[in-house]
Order: sequence, then structure tokens, then C-alpha cells
Amino acid sequence: MSEPMLDLQGVHTRIGAYHILHGVDLQVAKGEMTVLLGRNGAGKTTTLRTIMGLWPTAEGTITFQGESIASRPTPEISRRGIAYVPENMGIFSDLTVCENMLLAACDTKRAEDLDAKRLEWIFGLFPALRKFWQYPAGLLSGGQKQMLAVARGIVEPRKLLLVDEPSKGLAPAIIQNMITAFRELKQTETTILLVEQNFNFARQLGDQVAVMDGGRIVHSGTMASLVADEALQQHLLGLSLTAHQ
Amino acid sequence: MMLGRLLSGDLPRSRVLTAVLIAIFFGLLLTPFLFPGARATNVAAKICIFIVLVASFDLALGYTGIFSFAHTMFFGIGAYGVAIALSTLGATWKALAIGTGAALMVALVLSLLIGLFSLRVKAMFFAMITLAVATAFQTLASQLSAFTGGDDGLSFKVPELLTSAFPLSPHTFRGVALDGKLLCFYLVFAAAVVLLLVMLRIVNSPFGRVLQAIRENEFRAEAIGYRTVVYRTCSSVLSALFATLAGVLLALWLRYNGPDTSLSFEIMINILLMVVIGGMGTMYGSVVGATLFIIAENYLQDLMKLASNGFSGVPFLRDLFHPDRWLLWLGILFIVGVYRFPAGIVGKLRFSAWKKS
Repeated sequence: MSEPMLDLQGVHTRIGAYHILHGVDLQVAKGEMTVLLGRNGAGKTTTLRTIMGLWPTAEGTITFQGESIASRPTPEISRRGIAYVPENMGIFSDLTVCENMLLAACDTKRAEDLDAKRLEWIFGLFPALRKFWQYPAGLLSGGQKQMLAVARGIVEPRKLLLVDEPSKGLAPAIIQNMITAFRELKQTETTILLVEQNFNFARQLGDQVAVMDGGRIVHSGTMASLVADEALQQHLLGLSLTAHQ
Repeated sequence: MMLGRLLSGDLPRSRVLTAVLIAIFFGLLLTPFLFPGARATNVAAKICIFIVLVASFDLALGYTGIFSFAHTMFFGIGAYGVAIALSTLGATWKALAIGTGAALMVALVLSLLIGLFSLRVKAMFFAMITLAVATAFQTLASQLSAFTGGDDGLSFKVPELLTSAFPLSPHTFRGVALDGKLLCFYLVFAAAVVLLLVMLRIVNSPFGRVLQAIRENEFRAEAIGYRTVVYRTCSSVLSALFATLAGVLLALWLRYNGPDTSLSFEIMINILLMVVIGGMGTMYGSVVGATLFIIAENYLQDLMKLASNGFSGVPFLRDLFHPDRWLLWLGILFIVGVYRFPAGIVGKLRFSAWKKS
């Protein structure tokens, strides 16, 4: 594993009376895609939200490029170059596709000021966005909304992309489009921390993998070794890749 | 192109809506000459003032999702600022400027305090806090009678240029005297147009885009990197300042202000209805909502009198349309309106036009 861009050590998160994360240790290597797997309620989304400062870190350290970002205000964390793509197609339905993109490009006021070359690249990844550029985002299909959510995260170059379950609720054909888009994105050496439950989706993209259970990381290693070890899959995720396929 | 820039690129996007807005604009502009008489001009001036007040309320509610019961308080601050300054310092332009400036300062400080202390709490608690503050302010305005005139309010003179005693021309036009009162009406009209265009500019700026994102999902807006408390506070303050300026225009037009004129809870309910009828988060909704509501409030009784006379031989219908039942009909009209146009008239017209295209 190359040098970690993001490093979580013993992170605990409490939301009200609930103790959700119980000492998460996680490293995300620069230029790689790390996949965070785990069943519902394991603490994956809470981990992403804690990194973004949306939930305060109760204990432990979160270091991004050598600097602590634990419990810093979310806007500050975002300005350091971390983009967050929330689950459930986290877009703004009342705004147009264009306005959604402009919102994420914090220092760009007008559509004409967006980086044209980068926009073309995004349109190449998600062609539907060009077609519905001036449409209210709420009128897009589920898959298109998810594409917009990811596109918003990459409208400007980011150092780290946190993506929460991009395949959730999508039809298989759309999931395949999403895999293709993420593969292209990986070629730009963008560092990505991807939360997933769909192992088939995750295994096609991940370089590294961490598995969560009960608010802790219970396994970490390369994706290739997990894919090759069916017994480990059974043990960690209650499934084997062959059975899943 | 020029019109597009004037409207900050936010065109009506519906032919019917464009026609309605043009009709309202020219209707208000030409009211003194099309419908001579004090009543019609009063109604037109009230529409202009309420367009600004409703649009400022929409800036907070429709664009940012902040519901505040203190909106009429800022309306009252504007009206009292002018009333107190003109009645104590005399009917001069300087006194008017001092009153307006002081009112804006008070509104700025109060809205900033309310925003900073209460915008972090949940929407319902924020509404309750603003209700408490507004009620306290209304009581204060009634109790400080030496300063505010108490329940009787304050009558005052405005600069002579804005009174009917000041002739602009010895001639009349279509039987209408060209005097300072007419000038005052056009001052209110022009101020309303300018203030509405400024608000249109604000909601169509990058700042306005963030407000709309916050309205839809504050959590997501924060995750993208926006300090939502700062944006919500700015929106709340701007909304309060525009409401204050609407209050200034009201006092200038009426030459009187009292608790019932600018601070009553009834006004708060009325502006809420106007926003809902016109269409929240559209800005043009405030124009349509305020115009329809105030015309209905002022002329529905007359219309019903005509209907009641027409049905004089039919006992049930005669009673049903009796002018005393105007509030019942107004209520029915609003229920039907909200049922038929859940996104407001402007929202419905825009959506229909979009579907056709």
C-alpha cells in the first residue's frame, strides 16, 4: 500500500445516546480506490460523515495529508479538497442539473466559467447530464440522479472523493455504466473511498478493501486477496463471490 | 436581452404568466388615470407595498425554508421609524432619511440577533422564538405611548412635495390632479419595482442558489462546503431589511402608523396566504399573490353586493351572496386555489408551460 492520504486512528463517534463507531482504524492510499464493505448498520456511512465533520469525532484522530481534520467544520474539510457524494442520490431536486454542478464548483459563478475540458470529460462519463443540462434535477431517473451526484463530486479536481453506495437502488444496466465511469475516473488517479454493500460492484473497482462490523474495521487488505479467498468472504460478509454471481 | 438582464435571467417562462405580469405592471402604473379616485389609488399603492413585503417573506420562506413570525415586526419597524422621525423632527427629507436609516439599523441588529441565536435550532422552535419576539415588540409598541402613540398610533406630515397641497402642474390629466400625492404614489410604485428587481437579482445569484440548496437539504449543502448558518442568517437579515423598507413605504403613503396598521398578526397571516397563493420560491408569486389577495379583500364585497342584488328574488342565493359573507367566500376561494394550485399560481403556470415545451 502506498503512502496514506487519509488516516483514521481509533475513531469513535457518538450520535446522541448512541455509540456508533468504536475505534475505527482505516488508511486510504493516494491514487487508489479503497472500498469499505459491511452489512447495514455496520457504521460505513457514519465513518464517511465523521471524516466530513458532519458528525463530531468523539475520540481518535483523522489525518488528511498529514494534517488533523478531526471535528473541523465541514466547509473547511471540503475546501481542503475532499468531496462527499452522499447516499440516496443526494442531489438538489428543485435546481437544474447545471445549477447542481455550479453549487459544487464553489468558486464558479456561471456555467460559462466551468472548466470546459473537464465538463466534456464528465459528459463523456455521464452523457445523460449533457442532454438534461437545463432540466430540474428532480425529473431525472434514479440512475441519472446518481450520475449527477457523482459528477457533482468531480466537477472540480478533488484530492479525495468519498462516495456512499453509488449502486444502491440502481438497475443492473445502470450499475454497469457506473462501473465504467468509475474505472475511467480511476485512470485519472483520483483517490476514492467507496462505501458499498454490493460486493460484485465493489470487487470490480477496489484496489484495497476494508470490512466493517459493529463500528470497527474487522479486516483490511487488498481487494484481489479477498476476491481470491472465498472462505474469508464467507467469514466476513456471509457470502462467496461465486454464490453471489 | 435587456429585459432578461433586468430580470436577472429569471424570465416568467410562461406566456400566461407573462401576460398576467404585464397586466399587473401596467394596471398599477396607470391606476390613477384608469380608475380615478382615492380608493383605487390606495388599493394600488397597498398592492405595491405588499408585493415588496410578500417578496421579502418569500426570500426567507420560499428560497431558504425559514419560517419567521417576526416578519411583520420588521414591517412595523420601518413604518414606526418613519412615523417617529417625521412626527418628532418635522416633515423634511432629512427626517425621512433619518427615520429610514434608523429603522434599517434596528432591523439589522434585531434580525442578526434572532438569526445568530435561533437559526441553529429546528424550524418549529425558530418559528416559536420569532412569534415570542414579535408579540413582545407589538406589546412594547402599544405600551410606549409617549414614543409610538400607543394604540392610537401616530399621524404625521410628509415632505410637502409628496402632499396633495403641492401642485406639479396647474392642469389636470383625464380629470386627475397632477399633485404631490400622485408623485407619492409613483414614488411608492418605483420603489416597489426597484426593490423587487433587487430581490430577483439576489435569488438568481450564486448566493440565491445556495439558499435554495439549503431549503431543500441543509445537510447536503453543508457537505458540499457551505456554511449554512451564515447563509441562513444572511437570508434572514436581507428579508428583514426589505420588509423594513416596505414598512417605510407604507408609512410614507398612509401618513399614519399604529400597531394594527403594520404589526398585527392578521397581516402576518395575510402575507403567508399571499405567498402560498402566488407560489413559494418564485418571486413573481409575490406579485400575483399580493395583487389577487388585496383586490379580493377590497372589491369582493362590492362584487357580492352586485350578485346579491341580482339574486334578490331568490332567498337562499341572496343570503349566500350577502356582502357580509365576504370572508366566507374569500376562505372558499383560497381553499379552492390552494387545492387547484398546490405550487401556487406561478408554480402551476410555469410547470404547465414547461410540460408543453
